[in-house]
Amino acid sequence: MSVFRNTVFLAVIAGLFAGIVMAGLQGMFTVPLILAAEAYEQTGAPAPDHDHGQEVAASDHHHGEDAWMPADGAERTVYTVLVNIVTAIGFALVLVAASEAAGGIAGWRQGLLWGLSGFAVFTLAPGLGLPPELPGMPAADLLARQAWWIATVCATAAGLALIVFGRRALLAVAGVALIVAPHALGAPQPASHETAVPAALHHDFVVAVTLTNLVFWLVLGAAVGVARARFAEAMDAPQSHLA
Amino acid sequence: MTASTMPGAGHAAMARIRPLLMTGLLGLAIIGVAGFAHMDVVHNAGHDYRHSMAFPCH
Repeated sequence: MSVFRNTVFLAVIAGLFAGIVMAGLQGMFTVPLILAAEAYEQTGAPAPDHDHGQEVAASDHHHGEDAWMPADGAERTVYTVLVNIVTAIGFALVLVAASEAAGGIAGWRQGLLWGLSGFAVFTLAPGLGLPPELPGMPAADLLARQAWWIATVCATAAGLALIVFGRRALLAVAGVALIVAPHALGAPQPASHETAVPAALHHDFVVAVTLTNLVFWLVLGAAVGVARARFAEAMDAPQSHLA
Repeated sequence: MTASTMPGAGHAAMARIRPLLMTGLLGLAIIGVAGFAHMDVVHNAGHDYRHSMAFPCH
């Protein structure tokens, strides 16, 4: 059995499950807040003649008016669910690859710890500098933010790996430095944080995004642990590598 | 530590690195397209997801 095929199979099963759970959580806790913010964006914007062309500098919230977009309601929900599942499988592939390189996740409890690491790497660390944002909120240049986000995720993952798997104290110190570095540099910030979106709504959104992501990563980690154990059993190779 | 000094063990570990890299890169490619691609159609389909994951959007 090839390692690649087995790891992909494991990731698809765990990602499918965690993605469906996450789609439900988002439908309950985050999407309603996004829709509420869009109402402010459309009606409560400081500029009454909501002209996307002029507002670009402030919020840069354009959907590409000519491009296809899902109709509000069921169609929009279906696409959110689909993207959830596909991307959850993407996260699962990364999690399985990283954990297999370290010997594999043995059971759901270890999976929870790996899930916590994923949460720290993909949600906590980038979210410190770039908190979850609602539509209609001002933000710095998109490319600069994406670059900072990706660099922060890489630095945090490498830093955690050094702390957990580094065999010398000096490596752990280097790991901490790597985790702190992106925040010392600072994330790209907008010129002004002024927005029509109420602060209370944004606060609720930050909490909802952070907690739904925490649950997603715990479910994903545990699902990989459980599915891997079953999988190894089925292959008559308990506790062994997926090879 | 001891395992890597055993003959064969190091070789087996090396044989696992390439497929694991492929698995990881496949995952990163999926996340990249779904969460970061600038194509309008992909952005619009995943709009609510991107906001809900705190991916930089817009």
